[in-house]
Amino acid sequence: MSLTTIPKPRSPYTAGKSNNFELNSWLFMRGSGLLLVVLVIGHLFVNLWQGDGIQQIDFAFVAGKWASPFWQIWDLAMLWLAMLHGMNGLRTIINDYATKGGTRFTLKTLLYFATFVTVVLGTLVIFTFDPCIDPASTLEVCTNR
Amino acid sequence: MASSPAGTLYRGREGMWSWVAHRITGVTLFFFLFAHVIDTAMVRVSPEAYNTAVETYKNPLVGLMEVGLVGAVLFHAFNGIRIILVDFWSEGPRYQRQMTWAVLGLFVLLMVPFVIRHLSNVFGH
Repeated sequence: MSLTTIPKPRSPYTAGKSNNFELNSWLFMRGSGLLLVVLVIGHLFVNLWQGDGIQQIDFAFVAGKWASPFWQIWDLAMLWLAMLHGMNGLRTIINDYATKGGTRFTLKTLLYFATFVTVVLGTLVIFTFDPCIDPASTLEVCTNR
Repeated sequence: MASSPAGTLYRGREGMWSWVAHRITGVTLFFFLFAHVIDTAMVRVSPEAYNTAVETYKNPLVGLMEVGLVGAVLFHAFNGIRIILVDFWSEGPRYQRQMTWAVLGLFVLLMVPFVIRHLSNVFGH
């Protein structure tokens, strides 16, 4: 039987196989956004405003920051939240402007792949960072051990 | 503003343009973030590789682009707070227009000192 059954006019509305994914992603954008305001502006304040700003950034500067678990966790949280926030934002934009099924699928596949690679790479970099990767390093942490 | 009732969904003014700017700055930041994670990953290659990568950011032309980048961050951050207020504060939708101007005011207030300090770092060395 391929007859479509029309529900009775007064029967209560039941959402089919829908779930709360869009609601949750909408909430995530607001929650992560609020945290990112603090994380990103703090990151810019320490790296671009304090000291010599952009001129101070080099390997030793990064080694100095990541010697402390505080900045490791800060950067890890920033990486994950910003990537997922950005991924979700781009997903919304693809949904809005890419009308053909194939285009949407291709763009979203590319988006999820790029996000996955970036998050995994960034996480590995934070956790496996070695300030003494250069055996001839003159950094204090390397000469004092 | 659309003159015909069936004209357009886009109603112009503060509400629409802040929405447009939020999208443009958001996409810009996402693509930068992608590049920024890769340049930072150079710390796992060697100190020289990282220093070479980060040297690009000290180039005067790139230094100017960083002003745009920080501008995108600040606008997206403040307008994001405005969006949260529109959604969750009972008076938010009523004041969305005034809040757009507050966002722009706060943006200018922070951008002016930043531009002075950043450009003197970029060009002063």
